[in-house]
Amino acid sequence: MHAFDYATPESVADAVVMLSDHGKNACVLAGGTDLIVQLREHRRRTDLVVDVKKIAELNALSCDASTGLTIGAAVPCYRIYGDAEIAAAYPGLMDAARLVGGTGIQGRASLGGNLCNASPAGDTIPPMIVLSGQAEIAGPNGTRKVAVEDFCTAPGRTLLGDGEFLVSLHFPAPAPNSGAFYRRFIPRNEMDIAVVGVGASVVLSEDKSTFVSARIAVGAVAPTPLFVREAGDALAGQPVSDESIRRAADLAREAARPISDMRGTAEYRKHLTSVLTRRVVEGAVQRAKE
Amino acid sequence: MSKKVHVQTTINGEAVDFLCEPRNSLLEVLRDDLDLTGAKEGCNNGNCGACNVIMDGRLVNSCCVLGVEADGCEITTIEGIGSAANLHPLQQKFLEHAALQCGICTPGFIVSAKALLDENPNPTEDEVRYWLAGNLCRCTGYDKIVRAVLDARNGA
Repeated sequence: MHAFDYATPESVADAVVMLSDHGKNACVLAGGTDLIVQLREHRRRTDLVVDVKKIAELNALSCDASTGLTIGAAVPCYRIYGDAEIAAAYPGLMDAARLVGGTGIQGRASLGGNLCNASPAGDTIPPMIVLSGQAEIAGPNGTRKVAVEDFCTAPGRTLLGDGEFLVSLHFPAPAPNSGAFYRRFIPRNEMDIAVVGVGASVVLSEDKSTFVSARIAVGAVAPTPLFVREAGDALAGQPVSDESIRRAADLAREAARPISDMRGTAEYRKHLTSVLTRRVVEGAVQRAKE
Repeated sequence: MSKKVHVQTTINGEAVDFLCEPRNSLLEVLRDDLDLTGAKEGCNNGNCGACNVIMDGRLVNSCCVLGVEADGCEITTIEGIGSAANLHPLQQKFLEHAALQCGICTPGFIVSAKALLDENPNPTEDEVRYWLAGNLCRCTGYDKIVRAVLDARNGA
């Protein structure tokens, strides 16, 4: 690994100063499970690694029935699914937090890091999108909030500007009669990268017979995780039925623009997008009924 | 070369200070500077688990941790689990079940399994298999390892 300096700022303001001073020659370290490997394999270069784990906001984890869920950008997966209240309230997020790497990776890897790494196949990103996640960003001009679906701009690229970094993720409290689900397809049982991943959240009517609203997002079928707004919108106002769900799955399939690679052909991925969307919406419906 | 940093840790119950460059992984520090060569370098990218250690109570891949990040942390390596004269129950069960062949992955498996039993003293077979999914073994086919861990439950 090439030489670099290492800093551990203890406040958001100090981190912004360090990152601004170094511009593109600095990078942010949270769990390190992507960054350290990328530096070692010369896929990234940096003069300064800014370890943000000593900043209180980055380690915050709180859940409130009225204000929702706040997850500091450096909070590792195990803390998220290890919190019984959060796990019960956001099962769709737990589906993904539990399958990022193995146990050793989950001891360090964060949802914030998964988002900033901006892999098209990042497992936690589709569920964060369908749960209407907001990313809080700090930078030289103060803080701003953006929707998770707007965060990734290309493989490995985000909308973070020089001097900016992700502070935390916010999710609204789950609506009554709502449910969310994430599932990926992999040829193995564990420890793999999604061929296709789909997240869905639904809100049902009080009698659980009709979709009030829905959000669907797909991973590994486009340069970034993709929010398929039209697929969720097509469910709104429709009865909970095989027919309505199949229509949403068709729209997700149409929105997918996958490439062919070692994990699967474009055609295979499009087919999987449809099948998984159907199953994931059904899973979300099931949870909304529980 | 950037300046070396002074890092203070507790490793296997003993206070250990070391100097390292920010670019050195915890695995490199353990093996090359501290002569704790039980943790192995397998893939060096977080896939194989051969370098696993317990850091502040959490299982981590030491190849994906910078040595400087260990400042103020408590670390348990395979050297801190049992001794030749007094094997840890997991080590005893690995022997009894012949849960190793070439042995390169074994320290990582024992450390991972210890972290599991520390957190969940009575895991199911499914829980053992999922917990150990981040440890790769190319010899045994895993069954003997899983049986050894299951047999070490309660005894650990």
